[in-house]
Amino acid sequence: MTAPNSAMPPSTRTPGSILRSQGPLLDVRNLSVAFPGHLAVRDISFHIDHGETLALVGESGCGKSATSFALMRLLPRGTAVAGEVNFNGIDLFRTDARALRNIRGKRIGLILQEPMTSLNPVRTIGDQIAEGLVRHEKLTWTQARTRTAELLDLVRIPDAARRYDDYPHNMSGGMRQRVMIAMAVSCNPQLVIADEPTTALDVTLQSEVLELLDSLRRQLQMALLLITHDLGVVAQWADRVAVMYAGRIVEQAAAHDLFERPVHPYSQGLMRATLRLDDGTHYSNARLSEIPGSVASAAGEQGCAFAPRCSQATEACYHAPPALVPFRDRLVACRVAVEPSEEPFRAVVGR
Amino acid sequence: MQLLDVENLQTSYHSHGRILRAVDDVSFTVGKGETVGLVGESGCGKSTLGKTILRLVPSSAGQIRFSGADIAPLSGKALIPYRRRMQMIFQDPFGSLNPRQTVRTLLDTALKVHRLGDVTERTRRINETIDRVGLPRTALSRYPHEFSGGQRQRIGIARALILEPELIVCDEPVSALDVSIQAQILNLLVDLKRDLGLSYLFISHDMSVVRYFTDRVLVMYLGRIVESGSYETLWSNPRHPYTRALIDAVPSYDAQKKRTAVVLKGDLPSASQVPSGCRFRLRCRFAQERCSDEEPALRRMPSGQSVACHFA
Amino acid sequence: MSTNMTSLPVTLLAVPAAKNGRLSAFLRQPTFVAGLLILGVVMTLACVADLLYPGDPQDLVGPPLLWPFQKTEFQLGTDSLGRDIAAGLVHGARVSLIIGFSAASIGLLIGTLVGAVGGYFGGLADNVLVRVTELFQTVPAFLLVVVIVAIGEPSLKVIALAIGIASWPTIARLVRAQFRSLREQDFVMAARSLGYSDTRIIFVEILPNALPPVVVTASVMVAGAILTETGLSFLNMGDPNVVSWGSMIGDGREMLRTAWFLTALPGTATALTVLALNLIGDGLNEIFNPRMRER
Repeated sequence: MTAPNSAMPPSTRTPGSILRSQGPLLDVRNLSVAFPGHLAVRDISFHIDHGETLALVGESGCGKSATSFALMRLLPRGTAVAGEVNFNGIDLFRTDARALRNIRGKRIGLILQEPMTSLNPVRTIGDQIAEGLVRHEKLTWTQARTRTAELLDLVRIPDAARRYDDYPHNMSGGMRQRVMIAMAVSCNPQLVIADEPTTALDVTLQSEVLELLDSLRRQLQMALLLITHDLGVVAQWADRVAVMYAGRIVEQAAAHDLFERPVHPYSQGLMRATLRLDDGTHYSNARLSEIPGSVASAAGEQGCAFAPRCSQATEACYHAPPALVPFRDRLVACRVAVEPSEEPFRAVVGR
Repeated sequence: MQLLDVENLQTSYHSHGRILRAVDDVSFTVGKGETVGLVGESGCGKSTLGKTILRLVPSSAGQIRFSGADIAPLSGKALIPYRRRMQMIFQDPFGSLNPRQTVRTLLDTALKVHRLGDVTERTRRINETIDRVGLPRTALSRYPHEFSGGQRQRIGIARALILEPELIVCDEPVSALDVSIQAQILNLLVDLKRDLGLSYLFISHDMSVVRYFTDRVLVMYLGRIVESGSYETLWSNPRHPYTRALIDAVPSYDAQKKRTAVVLKGDLPSASQVPSGCRFRLRCRFAQERCSDEEPALRRMPSGQSVACHFA
Repeated sequence: MSTNMTSLPVTLLAVPAAKNGRLSAFLRQPTFVAGLLILGVVMTLACVADLLYPGDPQDLVGPPLLWPFQKTEFQLGTDSLGRDIAAGLVHGARVSLIIGFSAASIGLLIGTLVGAVGGYFGGLADNVLVRVTELFQTVPAFLLVVVIVAIGEPSLKVIALAIGIASWPTIARLVRAQFRSLREQDFVMAARSLGYSDTRIIFVEILPNALPPVVVTASVMVAGAILTETGLSFLNMGDPNVVSWGSMIGDGREMLRTAWFLTALPGTATALTVLALNLIGDGLNEIFNPRMRER
């Protein structure tokens, strides 16, 4: 690969620091996304530094995918968006459509969950990768072809030069996801957004694909926004984590700190409910810890969206949503966790 | 006598003039009250095996003995009494419920077809089942799309329970669900097993779920069982390189223990191109010449498990 | 693309109204509503034909070739034999609709059965049925109708049957495709594991799920059948005992230059009805479209 974009400052990755004050690559402020009849993302703010991996983690319907589509301005018609998204000093929400096209695909790459449907089935994979190079990098098709072979090699597709003329259906799921990765990184982007990149893949391929993404991130000095529901993926591959629940970020911390000691009751519940291979529990000797109810019970909630499922909720939790505030080494949106002096109060669950 | 005793079972498909053996010479048993896990990558034939046992897919050779009777050759009316005793829970809580039937219709039809009781008796059984899976009775008059994924999976479980079966084949019952819901459903399945004395054949690709939920595990690769044993031995001492790789592939939650090495070479080959000799050899780190010449048989090890590998 | 791009506090972000429910789906489609209205008017007229114009519309009731609005008694004029055109149109509506709906029903019945059996069972049964379907599709539909009517008698029953027989292959192919994809769904697997009979699975489990695109096609089939009947009558192969729009057009064609209204009026009626049915079909297609229902 060629050297990364000259406009890009040297990697300033500092995992663990969440209260950086200057020059993040992507700075999202007060982002809200509303689909018809449903507020999917509620006033969230976060940033991504050059070269770091931030994971947005949460369960289905928590707004993590809506967030990623909003960043790329790829939301369906009829969706309302508010807030500010600064990418390298450019406000993505106010820039015109042409400038946006030059950012999408060139400076921000996108990898989606389902590699079969995100690739055009009637075009060769090589042409699909080369097209971005021709459009954004102004290469000729011949140059783009050579470069595409290099990219296929870079994403560890065996026999790369020969695979240019393959169609998506000739490839396995893991191979197609590698093609998607090659496409996303083809123009040396500064940021890659990966939306559940391994969810459709087998466990045996999962770590391979994530390892590939991570080594490309280091090699090409890109930042990675990893969107996933899988805590295991987060623990292994993210520098920082933002846990989302019902459209809000409830906890944001360095990956290590979060897994070491989750603070928000939802993060705690998620970790307790997650089965681990090495914890020795078996159905015959231990019951799994559940989070009662479902996200649906958060609909129309005035206060903290997690309160109806929370065992520590107090009266105050039902009145107003808690703000995301600094707490020790992280940001947390929970009254009870931040002010542990208050008397815990058993909430009625599943109403 | 075992509840389910499968011997040399084979399921083949014809595809473009070729014969694909999705299930190839598989033998195992499931005892009363036992939970047997079946793990493997997608495409290894584990789902087909489950459906073959329930006679939803025709088998091409072998025996499926349920309570001693071979049900493989049965068809039509002769199968119906066995259908009642074996049921299935599906992966996709959205595709497995008829979108045009209310929950009550869904459950009632099954009872009607098997002529189980009059209206009051059927209502009693429906209410009992819906209580058992933890849904409110008001759910009965609603349609599947009105429920969340976890609730729909409870409806699917209710449908599997309504005929009071002895064996339930669970085909990836929690892999489409969110983590917090997964735990709810697994706990429910544990309760049902204990209260009703059910046996499960639990199909999953998720090693951590299988380790928690099953008594005995079968590891399947390209239509064959390559290792089987009790959950403790298999986890503490996996002997087949494939089992080892599946266990290693599970991400660790310890953020310190980052970035394990790539554990398997390449992708699962297609069932139409099974390699000669050991079918795992193309992806195996330890493969030697012998592996391409000779197919390893499933051998019983002193440690208790059975392994199909020359070097185990 | 997103519309609201201003930086507002979240409380000010207006959540776009949800577009739920079938009723609002109807009302968002003016063409669908227009189609329903036109068809409604035609159906009402057909129903009350005997009240509005009692007696046989083939009776010679007035002077020949009156132009529309020339005499208040015959609002739409009379034809060359002195038959009331308004009476003919209204009674003809009845004939056209009867033929349209019964022919479509026959086609629907045959097509659904053939498609369901072939699609559900697959294998040999499917192979045979697909060949039969293709055989019917190789013969031009209109010719087939002409041949059947020529062999039988030109009565409404035979005509409806002939059109139905000529039009079922479209439905059969559609239903077969639906069944082939639906039979692989888990809920069908579940039904089989519960020991349901094939008949129950076909009709109770799968068919209701396969119907939406069939209903859409059926509305267009009604329109096609009306056109076919019009064509037949134009060729003098219609039922001689009743007045239909086609026979009126056929009768008037000799005087196309001098008394164009004789063909224009039944022609317009046919065109409007066919248009209405097509609008309804398009509207139903949109309403059943799963992408529309998601949001």
